[in-house]
Amino acid sequence: MTTLTTTFSELMNRHRTARQARRKVTNAVMLSLTVLLTLLALIPLFWIIIYVILRGGQYINLDFFTRLPRPPFMPGGGVLHAIEGTIILSILAGLFSIPPGVLAAFYAARNPNTPLGMAVRFGTDVLSGVPSIVIGLIGYALIVEPQGHYSALAGGIALAILMLPIILRTTEEMLKLVPHSLREASLALGAAEWKTSLSVLFPAALNGIITGFLLAIARAAGETAPLLLTALGNDRYDIGQIVRSGLQTHQNVFQILGRIVNQPVDSLPLTLFKYSQQPYPDRISQAWAVALVLMIFVLLINIIARAWVQIRARRLQG
Amino acid sequence: MQITKSIPPPSSGRLQRLLKHGDRPWQMLIMAISAGVLILVVGIGFMLWQQSISAQRVLGLKFILPTLNASWNPALNQFQAWPFIYGTFMTSIMAIFLAVPISLGVAIFLAELCPPWLRLPLNWLVELLAAIPSVVYGLWGIFVFLPKVVVPFGHFLSATLGAVPGLSVFFAGSIPLSGSSRLAAAMILTIMIIPTITAVSRDVLLAVPDHQREAALALGATRWETIWQVLLPYGLSGILGAVILGLGRALGETMAVTMVIGNSIGGSPSLLQPGYTMASIIANEFSESVSGLHTQALIEIGLVLFIITLLLNFIARLLVWRVSRRTPQEARA
Repeated sequence: MTTLTTTFSELMNRHRTARQARRKVTNAVMLSLTVLLTLLALIPLFWIIIYVILRGGQYINLDFFTRLPRPPFMPGGGVLHAIEGTIILSILAGLFSIPPGVLAAFYAARNPNTPLGMAVRFGTDVLSGVPSIVIGLIGYALIVEPQGHYSALAGGIALAILMLPIILRTTEEMLKLVPHSLREASLALGAAEWKTSLSVLFPAALNGIITGFLLAIARAAGETAPLLLTALGNDRYDIGQIVRSGLQTHQNVFQILGRIVNQPVDSLPLTLFKYSQQPYPDRISQAWAVALVLMIFVLLINIIARAWVQIRARRLQG
Repeated sequence: MQITKSIPPPSSGRLQRLLKHGDRPWQMLIMAISAGVLILVVGIGFMLWQQSISAQRVLGLKFILPTLNASWNPALNQFQAWPFIYGTFMTSIMAIFLAVPISLGVAIFLAELCPPWLRLPLNWLVELLAAIPSVVYGLWGIFVFLPKVVVPFGHFLSATLGAVPGLSVFFAGSIPLSGSSRLAAAMILTIMIIPTITAVSRDVLLAVPDHQREAALALGATRWETIWQVLLPYGLSGILGAVILGLGRALGETMAVTMVIGNSIGGSPSLLQPGYTMASIIANEFSESVSGLHTQALIEIGLVLFIITLLLNFIARLLVWRVSRRTPQEARA
């Protein structure tokens, strides 16, 4: 009788320890699996960065930044047209996205629970989910079709639609973080609502707004799809040339600006895409160099913006 | 508002009154601009609809229905979008299939296991992965990723899954030498949507209240059992939302896919063969369209894409929102 119970409890014990061991092993295996998966997910990041630096770094020189492209099979030449185009497109996109984004954010942050405020926030979410190629179709329908030609203006507006949700969202978040006491103090001193918004809330939230803008520009600068349908590309684009010929024929500033924004332009990602589709080795090499420039630009902006937010947040806490 | 009204206007003066009354125009301005943002969103759908209206009339519903021998011949005005819809869904679903386990692993590590000093740098790295422009992914894909990773993986798949009945349709044939195929697009998409799924599911896991963890651990559960049997079920709908958000991103991705998918309207449904997606046909043919109907057909494809991503985003936001809503109330129960 006693022997039977001991064996039974021994069996139970053995069973239990075996199960414990199995659970421990499962635990260890699965937890280390998450570490492995994290490493796996980061491999492409480092692979891309290192490879682009090695491949692209070989072809970067001064000409690359200061010359227009030369015909295929002729070595040399650069991507000045694309750099100028990217700058023009970014300026236009900023002009069309920052004012409406920031102003709408004032409304959404101030009236989060009104129907319009809720609708704006929901609409922003929807807008940020629209594929960029569809935004390109909108740019085409809004500007290119009525005007009858592709242009930097159309590209800038398409990019602005892409940037709008990012700017609106970050500005709104930042405005919400401004302490109520600041607002109330300003109102108590007799300042009007609009004056409070512009001279108290806006400066207090400015850092966050700039961060949002930087992130939005970094996103827009890397976009290609919408530009295929709006800015199209133009490898003879040369702002210096436009300005010089404009001055010679005594055009005023607006006419010159009009000529700058009213013709098709290239941008860095657009050039990269076109070069990568060509069979010439020189062009492929330049595509890698463009990739390097683009990547440095985008990653630097991202790192700066995020570091800025971190520092600000720490200062506010401390 | 209350405070402003309760204070009597300061001693008159035209300027002061004007400044005071600046409130009305200011409110009108920010309201008008907010309404403008909404109009833009609604306008996108409306414009796509209106710009493709004659394609909708001429081509009818047959345009988007599944067909076996679909023809896309702009010169003969034959347009059927099924190969593109198929390509988009196949690549995206395959990408989700590959990305979800990896992203969940990363999210679990970031939210539950990671030592605090490592959390911030890792979050940054994952976010940088999302910041790399898609053309750079495409270029790297063509010259590095396809020959080094996709082609061997494709051979492996055709050797193993190609013989399994039922699955053999999707893994038939051998992958092209260059690697350009639906599989290549799916694998590039996997890398590109990992940051999206990871970030949202990490936030969902972080939103699970601590008492859930403590209760599971107090009952003797291991760390992994706590995660697998308590935290993941708790945040399930939020994680589902993250996956759908990732799916939406994958469906709309254009450049990287266009560069690696091979752009061919082949008959083979195999993942190992070149294909086409809705976004890449628009990118490739739009600026060189040969007729009005061609342009309209491409815009109609854009409309279909827009409606699909709209629905997916709507569902995803609803799911994520439900988790974040539920948490504070149940924390007390």
